[in-house]
Amino acid sequence: MEIPYTVAERPDTGLNNGKIGIWLFLASEVMLFGALFATYLMMRTGAVTWPRGDSILNVPLATINTVVLISSSVTMVMAWASLKRNDFGKFRLFMGLTVLAGFGFLGIKYVEYTTKFHHGLFPSTNTFLAIYFTLTGLHGLHVIGGMAINAYLWGPGSKLWKTNPEHFTNRVENSGLFWHFVDLVWIFLFPILYLL
Amino acid sequence: MGHHASSADIDRQVKTYILIFVTLLVLTMVTVAVSRLHLPVAGAVAVALIVASIKGSLVAGYFMHLLSERKLIYWVLGFTVAFFLAVLLLPLWTHFDPITN
Amino acid sequence: MATTELAPAHAGAAHDHEHAEHPELGFWRKYVFSTDHKTIGIQYAVTGLLFLFFGFCLVMLMRWQLAFPGRALPLIGKLFGEARMPGGSMLPEFYNELGAMHGTIMVFLGVVPLAVGGFGNFVLPLQIGAPDMAFPKINMASYWSYFLGGITMLASFFVPGGAAQSGWTSYAPLSVIAGEGQTIWLIGMIFLITSSLLGSINFIVTTVQLRAKGLSYFRLPFFCWAQLVTSFLLLLAFPPLEAAGILQLMDRLAGSSFFMPSGLVVSGQALAYSGGGNPILWQHLFWFLAHPEVYVLILPAFGIVAEVVANNTRKPLFGYKIMVYSLWFLGFMSFIVWAHHMFFTGMGTTMATFFQTTTMIISIPSVALLTSLLISLWGGSIRFTTPMLFALAFLPMFGIGGLTGLPLGLSAADIPLHDTYYVIGHFHYVVAPGTLFALFAGIYYWYPKATGRMMSERLGKLHFWPSLLFINGIFMPMFIQGMAGVSRRLYDGGASYDFAKDVIHWNVFMSMSAWCLAIAQIPFVINFFWSIKHGKKVGDNPWAATTLEWAAPSPPPHGNFLTPPEAYRGPYEYSVPGHSTDYTPQFQSEQKAS
Repeated sequence: MEIPYTVAERPDTGLNNGKIGIWLFLASEVMLFGALFATYLMMRTGAVTWPRGDSILNVPLATINTVVLISSSVTMVMAWASLKRNDFGKFRLFMGLTVLAGFGFLGIKYVEYTTKFHHGLFPSTNTFLAIYFTLTGLHGLHVIGGMAINAYLWGPGSKLWKTNPEHFTNRVENSGLFWHFVDLVWIFLFPILYLL
Repeated sequence: MGHHASSADIDRQVKTYILIFVTLLVLTMVTVAVSRLHLPVAGAVAVALIVASIKGSLVAGYFMHLLSERKLIYWVLGFTVAFFLAVLLLPLWTHFDPITN
Repeated sequence: MATTELAPAHAGAAHDHEHAEHPELGFWRKYVFSTDHKTIGIQYAVTGLLFLFFGFCLVMLMRWQLAFPGRALPLIGKLFGEARMPGGSMLPEFYNELGAMHGTIMVFLGVVPLAVGGFGNFVLPLQIGAPDMAFPKINMASYWSYFLGGITMLASFFVPGGAAQSGWTSYAPLSVIAGEGQTIWLIGMIFLITSSLLGSINFIVTTVQLRAKGLSYFRLPFFCWAQLVTSFLLLLAFPPLEAAGILQLMDRLAGSSFFMPSGLVVSGQALAYSGGGNPILWQHLFWFLAHPEVYVLILPAFGIVAEVVANNTRKPLFGYKIMVYSLWFLGFMSFIVWAHHMFFTGMGTTMATFFQTTTMIISIPSVALLTSLLISLWGGSIRFTTPMLFALAFLPMFGIGGLTGLPLGLSAADIPLHDTYYVIGHFHYVVAPGTLFALFAGIYYWYPKATGRMMSERLGKLHFWPSLLFINGIFMPMFIQGMAGVSRRLYDGGASYDFAKDVIHWNVFMSMSAWCLAIAQIPFVINFFWSIKHGKKVGDNPWAATTLEWAAPSPPPHGNFLTPPEAYRGPYEYSVPGHSTDYTPQFQSEQKAS
């Protein structure tokens, strides 16, 4: 039994099922991070003193991480564009780069976190660090999740290209939407936590 | 949206992606540089959020193809933005409106 | 795998697939790890009913303590051990455990899984003429995530210190310093929220994309609209609670101070927290979900009642379009009323007025919905079948629940009523003789579709009348106690307060009613199981109904429809003038005028 509009677009909506599904999921993610940003606001306005981000956090490292994520967004969309151009080889290259960029991001975060712990800075130290660790931690979990899906699509999942290229391209596009969203969250996280 | 796009269309899109990439890098440098100026809080927040919003719009509009998306998606996101603002602002406004004696 | 053509909802004739694609599924893939929405719907419904029963047992135990404070419970009291009921007599900590878990289980493990997971999953694809949900595997994942969440919640009773005991609302800072059970509660909630998110995405995409040919939005049965709005509420309101859960876990496990204010002293000891946190933030994030959640509890019920009323009055629904617009307006407003649960957190008049105003505004679509359903009865040829009895009872019961909410939503009138039994009476009226009755109506109504057999009408009436009587016996006196000032969550039910002495006797009456209500469910349980094998066998459309699910066989096969259905008209073409029958199904292609 086949579910209609899994790949083809339904005429009146102009969309396939997966595309709507991923946007709905992203809408829920906006609310998830929204609540954490609201928490940031409440913690900051309720604090007697609030440190400047650059006095505790490592701005140069985080700037590099910002560049890493933005670059990975480009490689991600290029991976999808390669499939649209029927270039599976280029897809593998760009998707592979995207996953590697993810490792790079996590590596830098690992350095950041361990440095903090080494200096005795923990979520329990004050509310600034609490929201810093929670926001970047949850974001990091989303990076890991996105990497896992991208790795699957780069590896075993790419079998689908041979039997249903359009379906596979859509999957890559949808995974890309999630990955871009992860980049988008960081675009706001970075200045809010590190620069203000 | 780009599902039945021709090869030429994709080429044009790729050129756009590169342009957006460069713009994002520049804006990243701008936001870090401005932060070094240590502007007063209101100004610093405004600049940071404006730059972030521009960057975010570019990612959403071009990488996520939101500029050429369908009505249904716009409606869903519209309501989401409204409720996002509600969860962000209403607790804050309540915090700043305490009961007075 | 071939791509599907652009024709709408091509079901793929059900018999085809057996030959073409799938070998016969083994027991585990067919009945346990199924991706068929009907099987998943039944899994949700049965699991939900079991949790409803369990949650009911918890409160029946509490009602012993409330009726006879301090008295040992004969026979079963000692079974709970010395840590909870020494000598068979309930400790306050255990009372709190029962209270917190009763609320949690009823709302999150009972009502919503049955109303949304059960009814939504089973009925929605059938009513829109689809072969299944848009994402069958995600559907399966959502059930098992719920199941895991349920197991987690049950497991929390067995950790040292017992299950969560800070109310179903888990207010900080009490919940942050509470025992292990609270951590398990938070983990359980994460499973449940995940389940909900997956399900809501599925429902929305299915409704938008998989409607059969001819089934435009305004030809959708009202039940489908109700489930659609409910799904949006779940999608957008749950994530802030998930965030809050993560924050509370951070406070409990990583020692952060999101919700811990500075200088907190517990039992003479200053707590070792950095402080600077805000307990009210927890309340904001919790109620941001929990208010829309109450509409999640009621909207599917409205959906079911609408279907049963139209079918059993042999008339179209009155004000269908107004009802649909009311649903959306209600859904939108539900996101901006939440702090009417927080009037006493030190809120000033500006914000109190804001939330009070939005709360009054939201009563408008609520009343529009109830009034339309009431007017739908006017001039109808009412068939007093068991589903209709429950649906009819829903109307005044929800009316009482809704009206008693009004003084709570007005910040001044809320002053004497906040956190009293009045509140408990209010919300139980909407959920218990409200939603639960609607869910019973739905079970009796759709049981023949799911099983191919009718439930017994006699046992149905034997279930209905005593239930109606006793459920009012439990909750009506709560308004009396509340207005006399009896607080909620008191382990002795108010017995130690002098001002309550004239209303304390109601506790015995309410407890007796609760235990009698339990007995009144026995005919239902017997009926439910007995009818599977011995109920009257029926065909596709035993109720002479008009919506698309009645075009499928009873029970429907995998893929649902033998030929792809098409909708030729609106959903409630009952008693159309000039027709020989008093109903014209949506799926019937031509109607010969008499």
